[in-house]
Amino acid sequence: MDGTAKKRGGTRLERNDRLVRLALLVVAFSAVSVLLVITVFIVGQGTPIMFRYGFKSFLAGTSWYPSEKLFGLWPMIVGSLFVTAGALVIGVPFGLSCAVVLTEFSSKRVRGIIKPIIELLAGIPSVVYGFMGVIILVPFIRNTFGGPGLSVLAAAIILGVMILPTIISISVDSLQAVPPSYREGSIALGATRWQTVKMVLFPAARSGIIASIILGMGRAVGETMATIMVAGNAAEVPRSLLAPVRTLTSNVALEMSYATGEHREALFATGVVLFVIIMVLNTIANATSAKRRKQP
Amino acid sequence: MKRRRFALCLLALVVVLSSGCRGGRSRNELTLAGSTSIQPFADKWAEVFMASHLGLGVDVQGGGSSAGIQACKSGACQIGMSSRELKGEEKDLTAIVIARDGLAIIVHPSNPVRGLKVAEVKQVFSGDITDWKTLGGPDKRITVVTREEGSGTRGAFQELVMGKTRIFRGAITEDSNGTVREIVTHDPAAIGFISLGLVNSQVRALALDGAEANDENIGNGSYRLVRPFLFVSRGEPTGLAKQFVDFVLSDEGQALVKEEGLLPIR
Repeated sequence: MDGTAKKRGGTRLERNDRLVRLALLVVAFSAVSVLLVITVFIVGQGTPIMFRYGFKSFLAGTSWYPSEKLFGLWPMIVGSLFVTAGALVIGVPFGLSCAVVLTEFSSKRVRGIIKPIIELLAGIPSVVYGFMGVIILVPFIRNTFGGPGLSVLAAAIILGVMILPTIISISVDSLQAVPPSYREGSIALGATRWQTVKMVLFPAARSGIIASIILGMGRAVGETMATIMVAGNAAEVPRSLLAPVRTLTSNVALEMSYATGEHREALFATGVVLFVIIMVLNTIANATSAKRRKQP
Repeated sequence: MKRRRFALCLLALVVVLSSGCRGGRSRNELTLAGSTSIQPFADKWAEVFMASHLGLGVDVQGGGSSAGIQACKSGACQIGMSSRELKGEEKDLTAIVIARDGLAIIVHPSNPVRGLKVAEVKQVFSGDITDWKTLGGPDKRITVVTREEGSGTRGAFQELVMGKTRIFRGAITEDSNGTVREIVTHDPAAIGFISLGLVNSQVRALALDGAEANDENIGNGSYRLVRPFLFVSRGEPTGLAKQFVDFVLSDEGQALVKEEGLLPIR
């Protein structure tokens, strides 16, 4: 043993080094292999039924009646997009203004108190958000605007709040990463602080802010529990903000307990569609943050 | 060295135990699987049964009616539990009615509508009637609440009320009796269906075709929304399975049924 090790030109320390490297490699790849297994499994379970019934009837079909072999996912795809877009409309303005206030218009002490609190918001389980939604938000919407209350609007508001921590903390980081000389230069030219924010800081931190929005979007698309509780889950393209809506994730979670045979496969197919959407979002997020690193 | 041997022993133990769980369904062990509507009652029966028959084990699992029937067909369990009638090729299994369950159409207690025709309920759930005014109630849009596809309760409702007509797409869909009841409790314009045993004071069960939803009307057949709870098996149950079924059908077993809010078969 010693002989071979020496022949390879390694002392004991170097050999240990190689061993540790190998061990770490194995562990690292086990994490990747989990992703691989999940991908293979979902695609393996979900795609055959899509081929059997045709992609078009799957993706563009508007009727979801698994007991009659109708597996149209269109209402759920649109539902996911509506709810996510709504969440962004609510979450982005609040999140960005909060980030600007924290970095530019508040003292270090205030920031030291508020930022940890916001990050704590990310730790609240989604059932709790959903529960709050059902108890407070849904009756409020029902009594003020009419309709059942369980609606696109309720889901969008709850998700909008849920993605705040993601948007705020990443935006704060990227705003803080803007070199102080930019700020100083702008102020020196006579710009007000708001003008500095609008014309210097936002463009400089743009890719970080975009990445934060895309990550928030990913969270909103993938959220399940809170959405099931407040969205009403009707498998129909919503005709108004006050109509109930079903997202892709809700569709899987709602029906998986009793699904058998093709119904079960169709739920896996739902998973495939969701998987593709999330992959696309993540790729975009990665691409924008890569661009950020390349920038001077 | 010692530690390694200990680890080996532990591993061996785990292997032996787990193989015992999987393959070793002994003669003293009975497995039931199927409808989650029946599961809580089956758990209750199993508990009482095991207390009086020491040394016998009854294992109750959920999975839904269809899964239970399949499991029984394939022999994965001796008794399948179904909260709907057998259909098609399932009919070669032996079915025993062990209890019945009423299906209640529920509304908010403040709703002035006290009863509907079954045909009207059908029109509401198919989306043809959208307003309470049409049914003699307030001028409010009806919030229709249904169960998710695959649920036994939805299956029974579909069969008993809807027939071939679809429940309309815009209906709010929830995944348990409890959530349906919760929504109807809080929404004055809501209508939904749940197991009769689960109706409480916060919702009102509608009379259908003039018959109030109660045990008496179900007994004399005037309240029509009743579904059977079935035990299914391959051929007549034998041995332990027969013992258990006999227990469930005995006065003691049926008394438990009544206690828990179901309707006994006699």
